[in-house]
Amino acid sequence: MSDDRTSQGPPTFPPRPEVSATRLVATLGLAGASAGLVLVVVFQATQPAIRRNKQAALDAAIAVVLNDPARVDTLYVRDGALSAEPPPDGKAPDRVWSGFDDDGRPVGFALVAGEPGFQDVVRLIFGYDPTSRTVLGMKVLESKETPGLGDKIEKDAAWVALFEGAEAPLVPVKAGGGTGDPREVDTITGATISSKAVIRIINHELERIGPLLERHRRGAGTADADAPEREETP
Amino acid sequence: MRETTPREDLVRGIWRENPVLIQMLGLCPALAVTNTVANSLAMGIATFFVLCGSSVLVSLLKKAIPHEVRISTYILIIATFVTVADMTLEAVVPTIHKALGAFIALIVVNCMILGRQEAFASKRPVSRALIDAVGTGLGFTIALFLMGAVREILGSGTFLGASLFGPRFEPWVVFVLPAGGFLTLGFLLLGLSWWERRKRDRAEAA
Repeated sequence: MSDDRTSQGPPTFPPRPEVSATRLVATLGLAGASAGLVLVVVFQATQPAIRRNKQAALDAAIAVVLNDPARVDTLYVRDGALSAEPPPDGKAPDRVWSGFDDDGRPVGFALVAGEPGFQDVVRLIFGYDPTSRTVLGMKVLESKETPGLGDKIEKDAAWVALFEGAEAPLVPVKAGGGTGDPREVDTITGATISSKAVIRIINHELERIGPLLERHRRGAGTADADAPEREETP
Repeated sequence: MRETTPREDLVRGIWRENPVLIQMLGLCPALAVTNTVANSLAMGIATFFVLCGSSVLVSLLKKAIPHEVRISTYILIIATFVTVADMTLEAVVPTIHKALGAFIALIVVNCMILGRQEAFASKRPVSRALIDAVGTGLGFTIALFLMGAVREILGSGTFLGASLFGPRFEPWVVFVLPAGGFLTLGFLLLGLSWWERRKRDRAEAA
């Protein structure tokens, strides 16, 4: 742009006057302060909607993996047991959701878990029935897996449906190589790492929290003795 | 700098000086998020708004910003717009926000935007700066759309998620992978320069 001073035609710029250091600092300070103010205002304005969206997405995912339960209770993992009371100081409490059908019978639990997949951490939610030890459904909440390959764990409805009714612990098998065992889940050709990661995440989470769920279910079963044996709903 | 008409300012960014296809600016998003048409369009539109917003503001404040600290101030303005866009997208269209992931924040370092502030908006009246930003933003969106269309059609056999070739189509997976971004850009540039050259040769022959 310095050419403009010597070259032909308008616009031309006069030699730049000296600018005091105070003015430079003031400009940057003012710009920074205004930017900060704008960001705070926008943050305050958008935060409720963002939180609502996240909650709605979570509620929808719980409904999907528990096959539209009539009621969902939030339970907190406290001292190795499930409790309806949130821990007193827990900022991000370890939560599970317990679903009930129209007659108030427990359907199963929804669990959120995440572990590294192929690109980044895969976070997913799945429904689990501790009585029959079956997975009720699975939905990926967050993943950055390769579009077109790894993202099939999220987008391939036929593959996602394989989890409904699969028995825990899940066993990954090569697509088409299964023996009919209800624990087997096919891996995706071209996305072996991502699909195995999903299976691993579910297995690990059940190892960690499955015993708590069973204990809780037994405890709830005595309190709710008239609840008949749960029937499998597809 | 030569005086330009408003129409020239508008059209320049769309075609003759297209940021991606001619100036080779903003290639990071052009390669990274164009594996589907929807992502390409969302990225294009988000960048469009950031570019328009920053150009207007930079043009408005051009007298108040001392030359010595102009780059820092432009970056601050751009970063503010990007953060606002990021939060707004997350609040209004969470699904698209999720698909674009970290790339929204990276609009800040899209050199196309800073380039327009330094080369144009900081020297021209607000209306011209806006026209230039609209043209450049459109050009960027068109380039991303072209790449997204090629990559999604060849790499997934779909367009905006709708299946094009039926279940027997075997997707050309490399096109949705990073390598496919480079290949697509390379072939687009090749095609474009072949076309330009043919046009020039014909003009010379005539």
